[in-house]
Amino acid sequence: MNIIVCIKRVPDTADVDIVVDKSGKDIEKSGLVFDLNEWDSYAIEEAIRLKERLGGTVTVISMGGEDTNESLRKCLAMGADEAIRLTDSAFSGSDGYATAKVLAQAIRRLPYDLILTGTQAEDDGFAEVGVMVARLLGLPHVSIVTRLELEDRKIRAHRELEGGLEEVVEVDLPALLTIQTGINEPRYVSIMGIRKVAKKEIKVLGLSELGLQAEEVGLRGSDIELERVFLPPVGEGAQMLEGKPEEIAQRVFEILKDKGGLV
Amino acid sequence: MKEIMVVAEHRQGELRDITYEMLSKGRELAESFGGTLSVVLLGKGIRALAERLLPRAHRVYLIEDERLEFYNSETYERVLLQFLTERKPHLTLIGHTAQGMDFAPGLAVRLGWPLATDCIGIEPKDENFTLTRQIYGGKINSEVTFLRKGPYLVTLRSGVFEGKEKEPLSGEIVSLPSPLTDEALARRFLQFVEAAVGEVDITQADILVAVGRGIKDGENIPLVKELADSIGGALACSRPVVDKKWLPKACQVGTSGKTVKPKVYIAIGISGAFQHVAGMKGSGTIIAINKDPKAPIFSVAHYGIVGDLFKIVPVIKDKIKELKQK
Repeated sequence: MNIIVCIKRVPDTADVDIVVDKSGKDIEKSGLVFDLNEWDSYAIEEAIRLKERLGGTVTVISMGGEDTNESLRKCLAMGADEAIRLTDSAFSGSDGYATAKVLAQAIRRLPYDLILTGTQAEDDGFAEVGVMVARLLGLPHVSIVTRLELEDRKIRAHRELEGGLEEVVEVDLPALLTIQTGINEPRYVSIMGIRKVAKKEIKVLGLSELGLQAEEVGLRGSDIELERVFLPPVGEGAQMLEGKPEEIAQRVFEILKDKGGLV
Repeated sequence: MKEIMVVAEHRQGELRDITYEMLSKGRELAESFGGTLSVVLLGKGIRALAERLLPRAHRVYLIEDERLEFYNSETYERVLLQFLTERKPHLTLIGHTAQGMDFAPGLAVRLGWPLATDCIGIEPKDENFTLTRQIYGGKINSEVTFLRKGPYLVTLRSGVFEGKEKEPLSGEIVSLPSPLTDEALARRFLQFVEAAVGEVDITQADILVAVGRGIKDGENIPLVKELADSIGGALACSRPVVDKKWLPKACQVGTSGKTVKPKVYIAIGISGAFQHVAGMKGSGTIIAINKDPKAPIFSVAHYGIVGDLFKIVPVIKDKIKELKQK
């Protein structure tokens, strides 16, 4: 079972005060902590579990600059066998579609039975790259997968729908699945574990090695262009309770009493 | 005349709200540039659903086939590829839902038409559109435009646009033959599975104490459980808590979990991602505790407390116990 996992390195913006940068087209990223996209951590874990059970290899691929090596190494430390980084100045400005073209072109040259991606990325949240890669490669896909079982050359996958409903589908291999959070518990990677793979080679491929034309990728090969970013308009907002914890607690008690929140 | 096409979404015999939301926004757009509004329904035995949409569109295209009984990305893609290639609507609206997320990206690749996903705003701009999208987990909004010429594909976030009824249109139903054959599919629908119901049905509770990622560890759940017990409330949570197996799926509030409307909803350590808010914004009174003053939960909450939940929650719990005894 040869599995390819596409990953992305993203800034962790939860609980962080985000500021729009001078260009007005992105956020100020200095000082932010970057990590493997949460959805992708579940995808790589799922791939490694399948490999541990069935043998084969896990190859992890990402498009990005040198910083991306950090996330690729994390995946190697988790148990991936090989890592490939796709980088070229021509790739800059790529939207989800252009990114999918680059990833698909790299995957085309590799042997695989299964491709896994996260359902979406924490930063731009397109939720389109995985399915586009599948279509560019002419593969069947299943998105938003919360459970999967392999039998013969088929996968039985649970897809998450709305309101607690799931649908079960069967798909022939080779196929691409986009993985939803919660499908497993991604393993912890120790600093020792990362050190062990520090010298492992990460293969780097650019535009010409991939056989792509500059106009197919980057901004020129994209569907959409970002014009500006801004802080979302704030609604009426909450009435803020301030003071010492005891005073706040007193107010909360009164509100609960008043609004039927005490039984 | 420019045509706006809505791809209707239905499941288990019911039209989903997103269909009405898209039709409402689609009508507004069509009126703004003097175009027409159409909707296309794919399925089996769904003429009654098509009739329900008559007052909402100028044309209701109905494509029925027994192979379309259950949604499948492969059949949807084949049917829509042919249909949209023939009609070439200026703009096609699809829901950014479990269904739309599953077929829209592949359809866009096959059609070769540009796609913008998960939009919360769409305004015409000459021949193009300006689209608003949320990025970085809803903390930042972005405006994007299409780089290529249309026809355009856009997926709209559910629960953002109002699906209200307007003056009825004199629509007509146009039945079209299905292009599907008995050709084998690489992906097959097997069945629906309902999530297990928990010990406590959170949709029935008057008071919910909900906990999010801010609780940091499953070992800290009892802290919130004690608060819930002290006020006679039930325990609920946001998605990350279920993903990490700290609480069962039956406790999850949000798009992929339950929609709740308790009298009082206390959100503890929940940032207020759109998917969570969609499941609890109808609550009577919302009290939020979060350490990030810019957390989106504070724009939906009625009362907000900025601070460390580990310091504030025990004090509130003790105070309530003390005052209840009086």
